[in-house]
Amino acid sequence: MQSFKMQPFTRLDGTAVALRRDNVDTDQVIPARFLKVARAEGLGDALFRDLRFDADGKPRPDFPLNDPARKGASVLIGRKNFGVGSSREAAVYALVDYGIRCVAATSFGDIFAGNAVNNGLVAAIVSEEDIEKLLSAVEQTGKAEVDLEEQTIKSGNYVVPFTIDPARRMRLLNGWDDLDLTKQYKSQIDAFAAKDKAERPWAVPAG
Amino acid sequence: MLRCARDTDTARPGTCNQPLSTYTVSALYAAAPRRVNANKNRVKVEIRMTQLTLFDKIWAQHEILKAENGNSLLWIDRHYIHEGSFQGFDKVEARGEKVARPDLTFGIADHYVPTSHGRVFNDPTLRHMVEQLVDNTKKHGIMLMGMNDPRQGIVHVVGPEQGLTMPGLLIVCGDSHTATHGALGAIAIGIGASEVSHVMLTQTLWQKKPRRMRITVDGKTAPGIGAKDIALSIIAKIGTNGGQGYAIEFAGRAIRALSMEGRLTLCNLAIEAGARTGMVAPDETTFAYVRGKPFAPKGADFDRAVQIWQQLPSDPDAAFDTEVSLDASGIAPVVTWGTSPEDALPIDGAVPDPAQMDDPARAQQMQGALDYMGLNARQKLTDIRIDRVFIGSCTNARIEDLRAAAAVLAGRKAKVPGLVSAGSTMVKHQAEQEGLDKVFTAAGLTWGESGCSMCLGINGDIVPPGERCASTTNRNFRGRQGPGARTHLMSPAMVAAAAVNGHLADVRPLLQERA
Repeated sequence: MQSFKMQPFTRLDGTAVALRRDNVDTDQVIPARFLKVARAEGLGDALFRDLRFDADGKPRPDFPLNDPARKGASVLIGRKNFGVGSSREAAVYALVDYGIRCVAATSFGDIFAGNAVNNGLVAAIVSEEDIEKLLSAVEQTGKAEVDLEEQTIKSGNYVVPFTIDPARRMRLLNGWDDLDLTKQYKSQIDAFAAKDKAERPWAVPAG
Repeated sequence: MLRCARDTDTARPGTCNQPLSTYTVSALYAAAPRRVNANKNRVKVEIRMTQLTLFDKIWAQHEILKAENGNSLLWIDRHYIHEGSFQGFDKVEARGEKVARPDLTFGIADHYVPTSHGRVFNDPTLRHMVEQLVDNTKKHGIMLMGMNDPRQGIVHVVGPEQGLTMPGLLIVCGDSHTATHGALGAIAIGIGASEVSHVMLTQTLWQKKPRRMRITVDGKTAPGIGAKDIALSIIAKIGTNGGQGYAIEFAGRAIRALSMEGRLTLCNLAIEAGARTGMVAPDETTFAYVRGKPFAPKGADFDRAVQIWQQLPSDPDAAFDTEVSLDASGIAPVVTWGTSPEDALPIDGAVPDPAQMDDPARAQQMQGALDYMGLNARQKLTDIRIDRVFIGSCTNARIEDLRAAAAVLAGRKAKVPGLVSAGSTMVKHQAEQEGLDKVFTAAGLTWGESGCSMCLGINGDIVPPGERCASTTNRNFRGRQGPGARTHLMSPAMVAAAAVNGHLADVRPLLQERA
């Protein structure tokens, strides 16, 4: 079984693509029929499957990711409310397996943002005003530089700041896995469990 | 607005003039975060000064510790898993470890099970998904309510139905609709696969404490209005990101008046407002529902549990970060027209016109949704013809939902085909005892086995490309019910009305004919 270790993230200078859509839900990021696929097989081909390809499997020429100039994109600029809906972590797998390491948007689905950090994907929150600048800049230049330490995204002449939960930023910068942290607290967890069992006998499943 | 400290971590003596809570001292300790227990006197003072929300009380009771980065490590009382949890098992296996607390982990087959008579698999990859859950649960000693178990059903129907979900618990599941369980006064959080594996390995979860929002729905709903109409009206009001970063407590007379089924529908849809979770304070309706359920405490143990649960509701002066209110009497039957649950309107309305949008980007989005949905601007909602109906899902397939749909369909014929899939096998049997299955089949609909089914179409039940479906489900996203499928969300009674008319329709005249 392949293990997917988190990669530390500091800076990224890569091809960028603009996706001018609100409410890109995780059903659009990866349609449910691909959720059976094991991670080891890779999910990059399923990314935005029904937006990228028509029913016959032909690429839709108007979808930004299909622009030959954007091949190998590693930064995706969205708009409002990216990654809402289903908790499917496969949405993040599909982005990461495709090669995307940073998604910028004005807001993210809460579960998506949590899944992102667990896979080394930066979910950068940019203001409404700045996201429009960034979308336009990326459409022109096809490039973006993401600096997680400085919390900025640069494209062409624009440098916009972004926010991210400080704890998540630290994890991304260091490539920390939550489990490694949790294991350090094993004795506290065990003590809590023992005390809790005595205090809340009703919480144990009967039957 | 109250100036009281919002949680126990920031509370300082003398900063709050609110009346003292009615808590007993022992309950105060139970609600206090463990890390400040070292100084008991201080805890006593601080908590007495603080009016807590339902969410705060349950959170505090489950907080093992709070790390320097501000995240809390929480104890998990119940972990529900399903076929889709295989990614979590894969991660556990990759570490060469075992599930830490199989006794608090419960497997339920729902996402990939066929709904056809006899549960016939037409696709070996679907069978593999169901069998994989059997293998994984067996390997780790986890109880499974598998495909042919009489307790099988959709995880968010089965948990409450079996008494696994109870007030005061902290529940997680690798499914966004886990918020459903908050209807019983629990904190219930949908999580991703990495978090599923974290819970499997440690029975804990790291979370940043969300802000608290209270949505108060006062007044009385009109006849024919269900919890779905209330929920969609709320989402239309606050938007699909209105609840982001929040735990929502639903309160008010109209919420108290809801049955447990209605509350489950409401909390189920909290995620569609972007919230981490939705909750309703436990009350007599809750206790009556939980009493006698298979996994609930029995006899005197149950009575003691009720005494504890009675202390859970938010204190009278507890402060919420955001308050929203709605008048129930103003809520009409609601349908969605677009590709986001916030695209909801009363049935007597019309499809909105992108040309009237101030924001050009928003206008373009709206036009995109209309193109996908095959609708014209300003078209009357009742003129939208449908190709099929679906009654099912964790949102609206409990017994009360099936009764509401059957009440409309009885003695009438559906003009379109459709599938009815009960929320659980137990609901299915109860419906059959009440003769509801006969009502559905006499109307021309198919009576299927229980599962997630056509809500997300991964078990083979899909809405064909370009077809339009009136659906009791939770998401009208593009392609949600199958590639190219067009979904209109509404209540079970409204789906029944659409079936009878062959187009979206107001259920109220059909109900009045019966009265």
